[in-house]
Amino acid sequence: MSERKILLGNEAIALGLIESCCTMATSYPGTPASEVMSTLAELKRKEGLGLHLEWSINEKAAFEVALANSMTGRRSVTIMKQVGLNVAADPLMSAAYTGVKGAFIVVSADDPGPHSSQTEQDSRFFAMMAKIPVFDPSSPAEAREFVHEAFALSEKYEIPVMLRPTTRVCHARQDLGSRPIPTPEQPPLFEKNPPRWAATPKFRLLLHRQLNEKIANIANEPACCPRVLNARALSSEIAPNATQRACIVASGVVLAHCREIMGDLGLWDKIPLYQAPMPHPLPPAFRDEILARYERVLILEETYPVMELQFQDRGKVFGRTTGTVPAAGELLPEVVEDILRDFFHLAPRTPVQAPAHPGRRPTLCAGCPHRAAFFAIKKAFPKGIYPGDIGCYTLGMNLGAVDAFLCMGASVNLAAGFYHAYRSAGGDPPPICATIGDSTFFHAGIPALINAVVQDARFVLVILDNSTTAMTGHQPTPALGINLDGAPVPQIAIPDLVKACGAAFVREADPYQLKAFIHLLEEAGAHARADGGGVAVVIAKHPCLMDRSRPRPPANRKITVTEKCKGCDFCIKQFECPAIQSHGEKEPATIDPALCSGCGVCVDVCPHGALQPEGGGPCDV
Amino acid sequence: MQQIIVSGLGGQGVLFVSRLLAETALDMGYSALLSETHGMAQRGGNVISHLKIWRPEPCSAVGGARTRNGEAAGSHEAADSHGAEPGFTSPLVRPGMADVFFSLHPDALLVHGYYLKPSGAAFCNTPQPNDGRSIDAAGIAMKLGLPVSANLVLLGFAATSGELFCQADRIETTLRRFGGKRLEASLRAYHAGLNQSASTAGQAGAAPRG
Repeated sequence: MSERKILLGNEAIALGLIESCCTMATSYPGTPASEVMSTLAELKRKEGLGLHLEWSINEKAAFEVALANSMTGRRSVTIMKQVGLNVAADPLMSAAYTGVKGAFIVVSADDPGPHSSQTEQDSRFFAMMAKIPVFDPSSPAEAREFVHEAFALSEKYEIPVMLRPTTRVCHARQDLGSRPIPTPEQPPLFEKNPPRWAATPKFRLLLHRQLNEKIANIANEPACCPRVLNARALSSEIAPNATQRACIVASGVVLAHCREIMGDLGLWDKIPLYQAPMPHPLPPAFRDEILARYERVLILEETYPVMELQFQDRGKVFGRTTGTVPAAGELLPEVVEDILRDFFHLAPRTPVQAPAHPGRRPTLCAGCPHRAAFFAIKKAFPKGIYPGDIGCYTLGMNLGAVDAFLCMGASVNLAAGFYHAYRSAGGDPPPICATIGDSTFFHAGIPALINAVVQDARFVLVILDNSTTAMTGHQPTPALGINLDGAPVPQIAIPDLVKACGAAFVREADPYQLKAFIHLLEEAGAHARADGGGVAVVIAKHPCLMDRSRPRPPANRKITVTEKCKGCDFCIKQFECPAIQSHGEKEPATIDPALCSGCGVCVDVCPHGALQPEGGGPCDV
Repeated sequence: MQQIIVSGLGGQGVLFVSRLLAETALDMGYSALLSETHGMAQRGGNVISHLKIWRPEPCSAVGGARTRNGEAAGSHEAADSHGAEPGFTSPLVRPGMADVFFSLHPDALLVHGYYLKPSGAAFCNTPQPNDGRSIDAAGIAMKLGLPVSANLVLLGFAATSGELFCQADRIETTLRRFGGKRLEASLRAYHAGLNQSASTAGQAGAAPRG
């Protein structure tokens, strides 16, 4: 018996990629997809593999780099989260037309819930729009298998193929058997073919026709067709009262929930459950057969009605379009149970007591340099508008220092837009201070900053530089100067980059030195408003305390609460450090020594001087 | 078959406890399915791990469960020609179905206690233990100088209760197999929990409910 290991869904995907001789993987980190690349990097080191891996600057770059590898006839993958695919939508649409040479997989991880995303959008719709096939695994084991199938299908039809796992597959763990890891031998060979790789609009029409033909044939690929999982139920469906000749068609992790619950509800032997490994394209013959055979068809899928909408005649089809399945939110197993009980006219489930506590919202870590920067921003621009961005520092909204955020890089454009809105109306624009992380600035902030500068917008941009991509697990940024293999590469200095974008005011400072940092922000604000001023950029530089690749700061000072504490809760409400604990109004706060990092920023935050470093002494590090 | 919930705040070692239990289950010949919280919620918010373990049928082909030769069931094998009822296939525990609940933070049982079934056992870390299934794990860990190991104090405390699918020594074996720099510290915390449970033996009353 082979050795079995408990693997994360993302690790299973990585294993599937290595087992099927993938020669290049590119990615930009994003929950729930991030661990695929880190696992690949680990496997590469352990097995001495030659594949090229990179954390790309953004998903569009990742997609295009991996696509070129495929154009040389080699197997490639690009990995991202669902909103990352929005960024890579441009190359996706075009690559579907040109097709690929070596197999090419797009892993786009969706986040029904959403747990850690701006939307719960369904990447399978992107596959449908691009006219490419998409696999929808229901477990880590299946995700690994579907990688093999996706590569085979992509190679056969020379088409990009999507693998769409969801959070509950990416972050599920399951015991899986090990298999030998092959050594890929795929010498690159780029064959010039202008009508394809450099197709002008005239040739694009031909490519579109070819694409239509490919996707029609793929729909009928036997290996990808929906299949019934409980064959025994097929014979019981002829019984006259077999819940009115109904069936279920499902894909993804909802299928896994449904399967288990059907057993519990006694439906497993009665109701045929069809799994669609490839929700797009559904074979027309399958749709016809289902509609001919059953009176009612329940479709269970996340998060949008992708299979459901492929049934042209929806008279018998029940799902999100009929309100049978909720139109938003994760299909948790309890939700699936309620749907099944209702659809098959069973008694409702015993109600479960609701949570007695709403739970805690996430917050910036104790000692997080972003907290200091946000506090300083509120001090420097008390009446300001604060556009924010995507990362840990989105949590600046807890502190009232993020008023609006949208997607990667939008803080800079929103700041410019707010400025132009107030200015063009003839009024005096309020102070505007945008925040963006270092990794996010590289990802999508650079064109935005250039645009703001050349359109003469006036605001302060604070780049929160903690020298890592913290939220997703500390992936490197282009400022690190080391690639995924650990080899030295050119370092990109953010101040130089900002200057090159045309910003005249560029200063860097440590937000831990709170008073000086507030003063610097005020200076930046004055520049933004001055005649001949412009966008002022302040780089708040302090490494992430959670980044284990960095040396830990030396022994920290202990902060104590003195008798001056009046229990005003100013620090709790305005600073929200998890290490400072409130005990209600008029009761002095306490400091949890297990959480306190000793950063000492709170010493400058307390209006009563009640927080002091033990033994006194200056607080600025 | 057992369904376990581990709940706490980001940074308290929720993932570590659930993975330790899952690896122990695997050593004992069980199959395991887990679901974890990653991403933004890990920054100090409530995090939860779901763990389901079961004895696999020798030749079942349930989505990803082992087959006779020990290989993961491939999608081609997924068609269940025998029509056997599936075991666990969903990585999530439904409300009211958990046999065992680990509450690493006093709030955790309030937030996620609804997963526990009426006859289930909840083991709680609380500053004021009030029954045979709660313990001041954080206080004990602090006294040991291991403030981040309260999770293992609680696990040790629960391990001798007879409510878990495994015996205490099984978990210790897994912990030793994990090894690493923190092993000695982890073992000290785990043993402190075990000892605590020995000293409160006989007091075990009804499980607190969520």
